[in-house]
Amino acid sequence: MPLFEAQNVTKRFATMTALDDVSISVPPQSIYGLLGPNGAGKTTLIRIINQITAPDTGRVLLNGQPIKPEDVLRIGYLPEERGLYKKMKVGEQALYLAQLKGVNRTEAMRRLKYWFKKLEIIDWWDKKVEELSKGMQQKVQFVTTVLHEPQLLIFDEPFTGFDPINVKVLKNEILYLRERGATIIFSTHNMASVEELCDNITLINKAKTILEGSVEKIRNEWAENEFEVVFDGEVNLTGNSHFSLIRSSYEGGKSLVRVKSADGGDTNEIIKTMTASGRVISFNPALPSMNDIFIKVVETKNREASNN
Amino acid sequence: MNKISIIIQREYITRVRKKSFIIMTFLTPLLMALIFVIPALVMSNEDKDFKKIAVVEDGADLFNGVISDTKDTDFEYLPDAKIDDLKNNFSELGYYGVLYISPQVITTPNAIQLISKKQPPIGLLDHISGSLEKEIEKQKLLSYNIENLDEILKSINTSIKIQTIKIDDAGEVRETSTGIAMGLAYISGFLMYMLVFMFGAQVMRGVIEEKTSRIVEVIVSSVKPVQLMLGKIIGIALVGLTQFAVWVLLTAAIVMIVKSNILPADTMEQVQQLPQSLAQADQAVAGTGNMTEVQLTEMQSLFSSALSQPWGLIIFAFLFYFITGYLLYASLFAAIGSAVDNETETQQFMLPVTVPIILGLIVAMGTMQNPESSISFWFSIIPLTSPIVMVARIPFDVPVWEIILSMTLMVATIFGCVWMAAKIYRTGILMYGKKTSYKEIWKWLTYKG
Repeated sequence: MPLFEAQNVTKRFATMTALDDVSISVPPQSIYGLLGPNGAGKTTLIRIINQITAPDTGRVLLNGQPIKPEDVLRIGYLPEERGLYKKMKVGEQALYLAQLKGVNRTEAMRRLKYWFKKLEIIDWWDKKVEELSKGMQQKVQFVTTVLHEPQLLIFDEPFTGFDPINVKVLKNEILYLRERGATIIFSTHNMASVEELCDNITLINKAKTILEGSVEKIRNEWAENEFEVVFDGEVNLTGNSHFSLIRSSYEGGKSLVRVKSADGGDTNEIIKTMTASGRVISFNPALPSMNDIFIKVVETKNREASNN
Repeated sequence: MNKISIIIQREYITRVRKKSFIIMTFLTPLLMALIFVIPALVMSNEDKDFKKIAVVEDGADLFNGVISDTKDTDFEYLPDAKIDDLKNNFSELGYYGVLYISPQVITTPNAIQLISKKQPPIGLLDHISGSLEKEIEKQKLLSYNIENLDEILKSINTSIKIQTIKIDDAGEVRETSTGIAMGLAYISGFLMYMLVFMFGAQVMRGVIEEKTSRIVEVIVSSVKPVQLMLGKIIGIALVGLTQFAVWVLLTAAIVMIVKSNILPADTMEQVQQLPQSLAQADQAVAGTGNMTEVQLTEMQSLFSSALSQPWGLIIFAFLFYFITGYLLYASLFAAIGSAVDNETETQQFMLPVTVPIILGLIVAMGTMQNPESSISFWFSIIPLTSPIVMVARIPFDVPVWEIILSMTLMVATIFGCVWMAAKIYRTGILMYGKKTSYKEIWKWLTYKG
């Protein structure tokens, strides 16, 4: 049974449709990517999950049951547009937000100390939020999101404003949370992190789902019979009836070559040509990046729409 | 713990801990107390030193002994002295000053001079001019050679004071003072206006702060927007009540301390005697009604009138209208705050909210001149203006049914207003970027769910 499900959700505002018959199904203990261009309707869907707004039609299920007001305690939400009370002290504020999520004071205190130490922000406990750097504030916000140990976590662009080291720290924490049983919905434009973290994705464009499934499956489906070959030393390669050359480069004593198999081309034949041309270090199918897929799918859809 | 009470707690604690709150709360009573105490100090500190004043007439003998000595001033009549001699050396001779009455005084009223080194107190001047006026009048009358003049003068010597007594339907008699009622009306009306505006605007700023800092999205994923809104409104109301309570208590305490320590003992005696004379006055009023026998000084009658005000009703009405008026306007202010991105944008929506408040204040001020006018009546019934106008009317005796009607309408309106504000607020706090119009707000009101 999926931990979270949205079934045929539609939400209209006065002049526009934010979500049009969108369904997602998030398996437990997985990371689910919610992708889409700006204004596609992701935030509306997230707000519906958080019961900030209600859908016009469609059902929203948590653990197979229609979502209830009390379920907000089982959900943790890190919005994209995030903020804290600037004049309030960090520790106090985290305590306040934890209490609003139904954690009692002593328990909240214990967990906060743990997380603050873990993320190395314990020294900032008594500082006002406005005295913190942006990254520091984000860490505080992350802690307040996970503190009530929710079943379902929603991260909207969690990595913006972090330096690479802290991005790594945060990624590890997210993976650790999943290991401990949390299910995560992850909305982002950073496709590299989608490939790295997400098990499944849904791509929403103009209020409609246009692509969904597991990341691995999607990448394989969108693979265009391309191969990445690495040679020791320089090679001189030209296409033949089995493949065409896409690009070739030489760097640091190695050649990096990308080839595309011709229609009905035989991989074995390609490999033969390769081994004949030089010393092959590796030969791999080149999966398209999520970035390429994203752009391709959205552009195709938009073209179709403007043609109609 | 209930979420709304967690929110109330935060709103309350973060506000009362602010330096500006603490300063405002403790400084204002000091200022208020100063306003009360300084006039009293000035009066009691009037030059109380013993003074000797030489009275000189340059040979004429018209006013010998006319000016009686007072508690701290002796008037010494010097029949033979010449003003030109005394002018320069009166202080060496031990006089505070020289009063020179020129012989032309009967025909030229300003032929009198008081020469002194210091500015003489007003009381002294009043005493001198009063005594001399009387004497000159007497002299003038005497010049008509009227028979039995002394007796005539004695019999026409009158002093009147009007006591206003109002009888209500139940036949109960109460001494009233329009002055006290007017003062009360003015203070209550104005205070109500200030408090509602001040704390209402605080709610608005709080909402804008939450919206611009974007924390609101985190919070509404934990609590319902209406809970957040009500928590804020109630929290700030408690801040207001706290501040008000501290003001009243501290002002009273400071006034008491100053009174007992700085003001001279005889003033205190007067204050302590008051209740006695008041009791007498009450007996007289309640009894045979022979009021004329009761000789109250003006001050005492003012006090008794103040005490006979319906204080219970006044305080109850003030608190009721403060709380309800605040709830009404705070919810409107919260709705405005939610609809804008920053404080400068609030102006376009402020007008419909400020107009009734200001109108209320204007009518309340008019109410003091004419408490029974129909405009005062209607404005004290209509909910948006009633908090200010009704508290200004109550010291003038308002029929009970009018108060009940006004209060009922007020409560009903609050429910409507909070409901409406919650709808606007719920949508507004999550809207960023584009400027909100009235049309937009109307749409938010009609959203369902």
